[in-house]
Amino acid sequence: MSLLLVAPIVIPLATAALGLVVRGPRAHLGLSLVGGAALLASTLALLGQVLRGGTRATQLGTWPAPFGITLVADLLAAVMLAVSSLIGLVILVYSVETIDAERRAHGYYPLLHVLLMGVCGAFLAGDLFNLYVWFEVMLIASFVLLSLGGERAQLEGSVKYVTLNLLASLMFLSAVGLLYGLAGTLNMADLAVKLREAPRPGLLLAPGMLLLGAFGIKAAAFPVFSWLPPAYHTPPIAVSALFSGLLTKVGVYALLRAFTLLFVQDVGFTHGLLAWVAGLTMLTGVLGAAAQMEFRRLLAFHIISQIGYMLMGLALLSAGGLAGAVLYVVHNILAKTNLFLVSGMAARVSGTYDLKALGGLYRSRPLLSVLFLVPAFALAGMPPLSGFFAKLTLVRAGLEQERYVLVGTAVTVSLLTLFSMTKVWSEAFWKEPPEQPAPSGRLPLSLVVPSATLALLTCLLGLFADEALAVGTRLAEELLSHQAYVAAVMGARP
Amino acid sequence: MTSLIFNSVVRALQPLLLFFSVFLLLSGHHAPGGGFTGGMVAASAFVLYGMATDTAAARRALRVPLPVLMGVGLLLALASGLVSVVSGEPFLTSVWLKFGAGVLGEVELGTPLLFDLGVYLVVMGVTLTFVASLAEE
Repeated sequence: MSLLLVAPIVIPLATAALGLVVRGPRAHLGLSLVGGAALLASTLALLGQVLRGGTRATQLGTWPAPFGITLVADLLAAVMLAVSSLIGLVILVYSVETIDAERRAHGYYPLLHVLLMGVCGAFLAGDLFNLYVWFEVMLIASFVLLSLGGERAQLEGSVKYVTLNLLASLMFLSAVGLLYGLAGTLNMADLAVKLREAPRPGLLLAPGMLLLGAFGIKAAAFPVFSWLPPAYHTPPIAVSALFSGLLTKVGVYALLRAFTLLFVQDVGFTHGLLAWVAGLTMLTGVLGAAAQMEFRRLLAFHIISQIGYMLMGLALLSAGGLAGAVLYVVHNILAKTNLFLVSGMAARVSGTYDLKALGGLYRSRPLLSVLFLVPAFALAGMPPLSGFFAKLTLVRAGLEQERYVLVGTAVTVSLLTLFSMTKVWSEAFWKEPPEQPAPSGRLPLSLVVPSATLALLTCLLGLFADEALAVGTRLAEELLSHQAYVAAVMGARP
Repeated sequence: MTSLIFNSVVRALQPLLLFFSVFLLLSGHHAPGGGFTGGMVAASAFVLYGMATDTAAARRALRVPLPVLMGVGLLLALASGLVSVVSGEPFLTSVWLKFGAGVLGEVELGTPLLFDLGVYLVVMGVTLTFVASLAEE
């Protein structure tokens, strides 16, 4: 049944299109929530199908691969789809109280669905050109979401964002052109076969490095992350949270795909380089965070640092490493989005994102403190929570390959992350408030429930780490051997 | 713009342009034309009308709000892709209906036409939104 494969694209598009037609804020909200829930249901069903029956593919318009447009869902794509649509729904609920009427009137909800469509499309795309197209869909939707509202700081952030991302698009497109010239195809399954038997693998380094650059910018990896911190702390908190959960992870997904399926000819060079990038990304991110006293900027720097761990798993290119990387992606999407949600609630209660001006939340808001502690400890990698097992898997995989420097960096950065989270804890929650706290009512349920859901999932991911790791290992083995992917795409009935 | 010549020419041109846009839309599958060109021509008819009168009058002449135009267009294009899913074919596969229609001879109606109609409406809506927001600035 090919319907489930197109549903993650069709549902958000239909929701966005209906959003243009219906009138009235109530109808918009209802439509948007129904669309988000339907998307989550369809991606969960797809995940179930892929878990049971393996990789699935469909050829749009019945044009056979490698000529037509192929949508593929392997385990990696299915997991990413499910987590992303969950985040989408959570953010939609969180937006109910936090997005002002003006933004809503300017198409906030349809834009959010277009962004989700872009993200889902990128995960499903079976060829590089369509991946590029979905990246552009995402870029345009996120740019408008960033600049909606038109405040000065917002515009500054979004101009940086769009400039660097357009550069990434340019590199991506050049790489696509080069690859087409070299291999005569852009279908990733077809490329996987052709590139493995390429007569002059040295030539492949050029498109490979261009793609590394392009996806690196999207993922906010080491030298090219400067667009992220200024862009993520200016828009409304729901938008920041959504971006923190999804945008960089699509870049990581693209790297995972490209450097397991396509560019494995000269692993010593490409994945050696990735290891350097991973280590430096971890380190610079966490050091940047140490200097921040603004809640959202601090979290934004942590996003960068966390990307390093995912790249580390990819650089190891072993079943353990890739399983760790994917576990880390899932854990990080849940925890990082939640931290942004919590920062939004703290700011709603106290009226500021400045850690110096915050304080005393532990006494006045015990529930909020718990909601902060769960993702914060998960992020730092404290034992019973999801982050610990993800990091453990990565560290173990690193030790197996005797990559002591990389492992050492990962462990050190983990400690620094803990330090950074402790700083937030002591500043915002523990210390006496600098002045009388601003009067504030109860936190609405539409803010608490999304955050509590994510916290619960973080705990569950830690409790069922064995099962998660089993899925992760299966996923990693799928990534390491391209046969199943190729067979699913080429064998899918046109 | 208050030019008598321009206004009179627009009055004559507008229906012609609209007819021409529909012709382009329908001929698109086998001959040059299609939803995009047709939508552009249809949009230009309303742009000219707006220049001869004002944008508010052009909006009234269109009767449908621009976002609705775009939304319906997107939904039509989407629906054209889903027709094939009902019969178990992959998304976006063309489905054709052939029948004899008296004097018109044999007529082929297919989902590509529905898709093109969607494109037509989206292009028209987007172009007019651009022009209207520039003109009203």
